Amino acid sequence: MSVLAHVLEAAGIATVVLSSVREMAAKAAPPRALHCEFPLGRPLGVPGDPEFQHDVLARAFALLDEPSGPVLVDHPTVIEADDTPLACTLPPRFDPSLPPAVDEARGLRKAYDRALARRGVSSVGRVVDADGVPGALAVLHAIAEGATWKEAGLPGGNTTAVCHDIRTYYEEAALELVDGPAAGARAVEDWFFDRTEAGALVLRARAAIRDAGAPFPVWFYMTPGQR
Amino acid sequence: MNGDQAMRAHAATLPAPEFPNPAWVTPRPLSESTVAIVTSAALYAQGDEAFGAGDAGYRFVARDRRDLVLGHWSPNFDRVGVALDLNVVYPIDRLEELAARGVIGRVAPRHVSFAGNQPDDVATIRLDTGPAAAAALRADGVDVAILTPV
Repeated sequence: MSVLAHVLEAAGIATVVLSSVREMAAKAAPPRALHCEFPLGRPLGVPGDPEFQHDVLARAFALLDEPSGPVLVDHPTVIEADDTPLACTLPPRFDPSLPPAVDEARGLRKAYDRALARRGVSSVGRVVDADGVPGALAVLHAIAEGATWKEAGLPGGNTTAVCHDIRTYYEEAALELVDGPAAGARAVEDWFFDRTEAGALVLRARAAIRDAGAPFPVWFYMTPGQR
Repeated sequence: MNGDQAMRAHAATLPAPEFPNPAWVTPRPLSESTVAIVTSAALYAQGDEAFGAGDAGYRFVARDRRDLVLGHWSPNFDRVGVALDLNVVYPIDRLEELAARGVIGRVAPRHVSFAGNQPDDVATIRLDTGPAAAAALRADGVDVAILTPV
């Protein structure tokens, strides 16, 4: 973002960056930056809170009044990511002949469909759509049980993309299954990896691919780095 | 260390490209300015070209589109916020409200989305795609850009 700020400014556009990594903003020194110590992925801080978002924008646009730069100012609010797994009901076991994650994913389909109907858009579909998620989990199950990852029939042949689609399918479905306040950042990630059969399977398949000697990018980006 | 702390600690160690003679624009009054959003969330309008892994290109997002897909390839940030409320990454409705109140002059007719996961030198964005996007925004009459990182 700081590089783009310099490029845009050189083209004659005044810029304000909402910084997410303070050290980087200090080093890259864009003309104007408001550092926002908010969860990564939420640069305006709080979903569903127009008042807070307007406060962020007002503080950012106020930097346009500075006579010279670089300017780096901190938003006074710090928002920590929420590491408590989302409380979200999972479907009961329905077909014991299926791997647990495949059965689970099938059981979440109606919730996913409600999410799609409500939002009108889904970020599932990089290599599989919702119809393909159970099958993709079946492939990961085979890999976790010893199949060779190169020959297991991974959709698109891309572990990162497959795991993106699986996790996004679960995340979008989960938002239809919880009541109460909006989910905190990382709460849904923690629910996926710590509570669901699919999350556990992704972790097992990732470990199997790593242990089979696959190149680092093939297995590492299947999950967040800290896992 | 949670995921955000780990990512911030890692990002803080990355090299920062140097701009020895940085440009500085003295802006027009905000109430007369056309404002665009430039994000690195790899958002793109449904039906447009998806972002590939390591994609250094950009997509325009028309002012009236809200059916945006999150095309980012990094697994290391929260993706649920944008599913709950697009504005937490792409504050298009907030800009419309500011324009209606006269705080900003106009909302730009189109906005720009890049992908935040880039090689450390960000050479393509710095030398090629970034200047191209900037020229297109200037041609649209954009005076001010708010940059939202993911």
